[in-house]
Amino acid sequence: MTDIRKKLVLVGNGMAGVRAIEHLLKLSPEAYEITIFGSEPHPNYNRIMLSSVLAGGSSMEEIIINDLEWYHSHGIRLYMGHTITSIDTAKRKVYSDKGIVMPYDELILATGSNPFMLPLPGAEKEGVIAFRDIKDCQIMQETSQSYRKAVVIGGGLLGLEAARGLLHLGMEVSVVHIHPYIMERQLDEPASVMLRKELEEQGMKFLLNKQSEAILGKKRVKGLLFADGEIADADLIVMAVGIKPNVELAQKSGVQTNRGIVVNDYMETNIPGIYAVGECAEHRGIAYGLVAPLYEQGAVLAKRLAGVPTDGYPGSVTSTKLKVSGVDVFSAGQFTERTGTRALRYQDEIEGIYKKLVIQDDQLVGAVLFGDTGDGAQLFSMIKNGENIKGKEKELLLGVSSDALASPKGNRLEGMADDEIICGCNGVSKGTIAEAIQSGGCTSVGQIKACTKASASCGGCKPLVEGLLQLYAGDNVVTVKEGICGCTTLGRDEIVAEIKRMELKTVKEVMNVLEWNTEEGCAKCRPSLNYYLGMLWPEEYIDEKESRITNERYHANIQKDGTYSVVPRIYGGVTSPAELMKIAEVAAKFEVPLVKFTGGQRLDLLGVKKEDLPKMWEELDMPSGHAYGKTLRTVKTCVGSTFCRFGTQDAMGMGIRLEKAFERLNTPGKVKLAVSGCPRNCAEATIKDFGVVAIDGGWELHIGGNGGVHVRATDLLGVVKTDDEVIEWASAFLQYYREQAGWNERTAQWVERVGLDSIKEVLEVRENRLALQERIHTALSVTTDPWKQIVNEPELRKNFEQLSEMKTV
Amino acid sequence: MTKMLVGKVTDIDIKGSRIVRVGDHEIALFRLSDGEVLAVENKCPHKGGALSEGMVCGSKVHCPLHDWRIDLHTGVVQEPDHGHVVTYEVEVDQSNGSIYLTERSL
Repeated sequence: MTDIRKKLVLVGNGMAGVRAIEHLLKLSPEAYEITIFGSEPHPNYNRIMLSSVLAGGSSMEEIIINDLEWYHSHGIRLYMGHTITSIDTAKRKVYSDKGIVMPYDELILATGSNPFMLPLPGAEKEGVIAFRDIKDCQIMQETSQSYRKAVVIGGGLLGLEAARGLLHLGMEVSVVHIHPYIMERQLDEPASVMLRKELEEQGMKFLLNKQSEAILGKKRVKGLLFADGEIADADLIVMAVGIKPNVELAQKSGVQTNRGIVVNDYMETNIPGIYAVGECAEHRGIAYGLVAPLYEQGAVLAKRLAGVPTDGYPGSVTSTKLKVSGVDVFSAGQFTERTGTRALRYQDEIEGIYKKLVIQDDQLVGAVLFGDTGDGAQLFSMIKNGENIKGKEKELLLGVSSDALASPKGNRLEGMADDEIICGCNGVSKGTIAEAIQSGGCTSVGQIKACTKASASCGGCKPLVEGLLQLYAGDNVVTVKEGICGCTTLGRDEIVAEIKRMELKTVKEVMNVLEWNTEEGCAKCRPSLNYYLGMLWPEEYIDEKESRITNERYHANIQKDGTYSVVPRIYGGVTSPAELMKIAEVAAKFEVPLVKFTGGQRLDLLGVKKEDLPKMWEELDMPSGHAYGKTLRTVKTCVGSTFCRFGTQDAMGMGIRLEKAFERLNTPGKVKLAVSGCPRNCAEATIKDFGVVAIDGGWELHIGGNGGVHVRATDLLGVVKTDDEVIEWASAFLQYYREQAGWNERTAQWVERVGLDSIKEVLEVRENRLALQERIHTALSVTTDPWKQIVNEPELRKNFEQLSEMKTV
Repeated sequence: MTKMLVGKVTDIDIKGSRIVRVGDHEIALFRLSDGEVLAVENKCPHKGGALSEGMVCGSKVHCPLHDWRIDLHTGVVQEPDHGHVVTYEVEVDQSNGSIYLTERSL
C-alpha cells in the first residue's frame, strides 16, 4: 500500500531541525512521512557538549541526543553523510551529493551555520581547523598526541572553549584576540578582565589587540604572523572567530536570504512549503546562535506543520549563562552603558564576584554577573518583562532572590553554611539540597521533595527550597505541572471536576478512570480522594478508613513511641467538677503517664496504649474531641459577659453553640474557632480559621487566621447582629471552604490563594449562604461520634487489639 | 522461632494490619488488596514508628511518623530513604484461612 501521508523532508540533522521534528511527532505523530538528510556521519548530537567532550567530561556517545534507534522507531528515513546540493522548488524535490532524489510536500531547511574561516594566506595548510563539529574534536585529540603548541584565533566563547579543551589535552595554548578584552559580546570590561585573570591562572596565554596577518609553514602550519610583525609559534591553529549562517543551498535555490534565510514569525520562507529554523534562519533581522531561541522556533514550526494554532515566534531576548572553564558568567540584554542608562556595580576581587545592572527609565535593561550567577534567571525575566524596579535596584544588585523578598531569610541563602538545616521537619541541610540540584539533577521543588524530603512535611520551608533552586539551578528551573502528589499530574480542581462530571464514586474508581500511575496511590492522594468523594457525595459515599491517615483511622493522635493520646470534647472549654472527676478517674485507672492542658482549652491524656483506647473511651463516655483530624478541633472562648466586666456578649454560649453545630465535620484541613466576648479579644479569635469577636450589639466575623506555621491574622468577613446570623455565616463559610479548598489546605492558605473578595462575593448573597448551609447540614447529618461507634462495633474494635501473644518457643 | 498459628485471614481488614507479640518483638501482619498476607517487624528503621499503624498502598506501607515507605515483600525502605526491616515467612491455609508465621533465617 502506498503511503498517502504528506512527505516532510528535513535538510540538516542538527539540534534545531530534529527538535522541531520531535515536537511534531508529539503533536501529530502520523501526519507525515519524514526524511532527514545530514552531512555529518552521525545521528543528532548535542553540539553544545562538544567542548565537554574535548575537556574530557563526556564521551562522543554521551552527547548523542537521538540515536539511530530513535529514527527507526519513529519511522524516519535518515541519510547520514549526505549533503543536499540542490532544491527544485517547482517540482518540490531535493537532490543529495550521493544521487538521492527525494520529493517533498513540506521542506525544512536547518542547515545551521559554518565556522567563519579568516581568509588568511596559508589558511589551507595542514593543522588549521575550526571548532565546530565532531571531526574538529577528533583532529584536536590526534594533534595533541604529537604536537605541543596550539593557537586559537578568537577570544569569544567558542575560542575560549576550544582553548580550554586544548589545555585539557595537554597542549600549550595561546588565545589571539583582535579586541583589547575577551568575550566583549557577552561581558563588559571589568568582568572580562576578571575572567582573563582566572583563565591565565589556569594556564591560558592571551595575545590581545592582535590582528592576524598570515599563517606560516610549509605543508603544515609553523606559526602565525601578526600585523605588528610578531610571530607566535603554532603546530595547530584553531579558528574560532565566529559563525555564519549556512545559506548557500537556499540562495542558489531562490529562497530569499540576507545574513540568514529570511523567515516570518511562522518560520516560513518566501517560497511556499519551505521553512527554515535554527542558526541558518534570520528572523526580524536576527540570526540566533543560542539553543533556547532555536528550540522556541522549532516549537512554532512544529505547531504550524501539525495544524495547531500558534501565535508565531516573537523573537527572543537572549541571555548568556555559561561556565567558562569553571567560572560562572552571565549576561543579558543591553549590558553596556549608553546615553540614558545608569549602572549599578558591585565588585569583589577577593571572592571573584562582579555584578552590574543597567537601568533605563526604572526598568532593568541589562545585566552582567561574574563568579556568581545565581540571580541570572530572575534578572533575565525582569529584563524580558520590563517590570518597574524603582526602589529595588540595590536589593537586586546584592542578590536577593524573589522568594527572599517575601521571606526575610532568603538573602542569607548564599552565605548560609552547607550544614545549616533548611527543612526542620525532616532535617535536610542546605548542602543536601544543593547537591540534589547540582549533581542529582533536580530542577523543581517537587523533585527536590522526592529526592531529599525537604518541604515534604509541613511545607513551611518551601520558599527557602525555591530560593535554593533559583540559586543553584538558575535557568534550568523547570516549572512542572505538579499534581496533588507523584501518582498523578492532575491538580485538585481537575480531579474534583472529573469526579463530578463522571460521577466517580470510589477511590479506586477515581484512580482507574483518571489514570493514576500507581496501583493504590500514596499517603497523600488516598486521603485527598477520600475527602473529595465524601464532600461531593455526602449521603452515598462510604468513608474509607483505610485511606485515612493514622490519627484519623484510630481517632487518636499517634505519638513518637507508638502510644496514643485521648482528648475528649469539652465544649467551648467549659467543664464541670463532675466531668473533671470522671476524666481524672479514667486517667488514674489506666495509669495515663501524662495529663496536660492543650492550647485549645481541653485536657490531653497522653501515652495511652492502643489497646486501652476503646476501654478509656467507654469509661469516659464523652464525645471525641477530634484533636487528631482534619475537622473541627476546638472552639476557644473567653469568659464573656457571663462574668467578665468588659464582656459585651455571651462568648461561652456562642462558642458551645458553634462547637455543637460543627463537631465531626470533615474539612480539607483542621479548623479552629474562637469566640471573644469583646474587642480585647482574649480568645485570640483573629488567628483562627473562623473567629468571632463580640461588639456592643453584634458580632464581628473573621476568617483565614493561623497561629501555626505561617502566622496570619484574619480578614474581616463582616459584622452581624444576631446569634443565628453567626451560625448562618459560619455554616456558609465552612461549607464554601470545604467545596473549594484542596485537601490539607488550611483556610489561611486558601484565603490567600483565592483572595478575600472572591469569598465575600459569594457569601454576601443570602441565597448562596442558605444553599451552602443546606449542604453543610446534609454533610453533618450523616456523621456519628467515632468513639462510640468503635466501642460498640467488634469489627472496628478488633483493630485496637493485638492478634495474639506468643511465648517464645 | 518455630511455625506458629497466629490467627485467621479475616482477623485482618483489607489494607489493614494487626500485630503479634513474640517475646519482646512486635510483628505487624498486613493483608493486601489481593488478599496476600505479609509480615514485617513492627518498627520503622527511621525512628521506630509502628508500621502497623501506617497506610497500605499496593504492597508498600507508609510509616505513620514520617512517611517512610517500606516494601512489605522485601522489607526494603524505598527511596529517598534507606534501610530495611526484618520480614517473616507467612503461610495461609487456604482451606480454613489460618495464618502461620515463621521467622526468616537471616
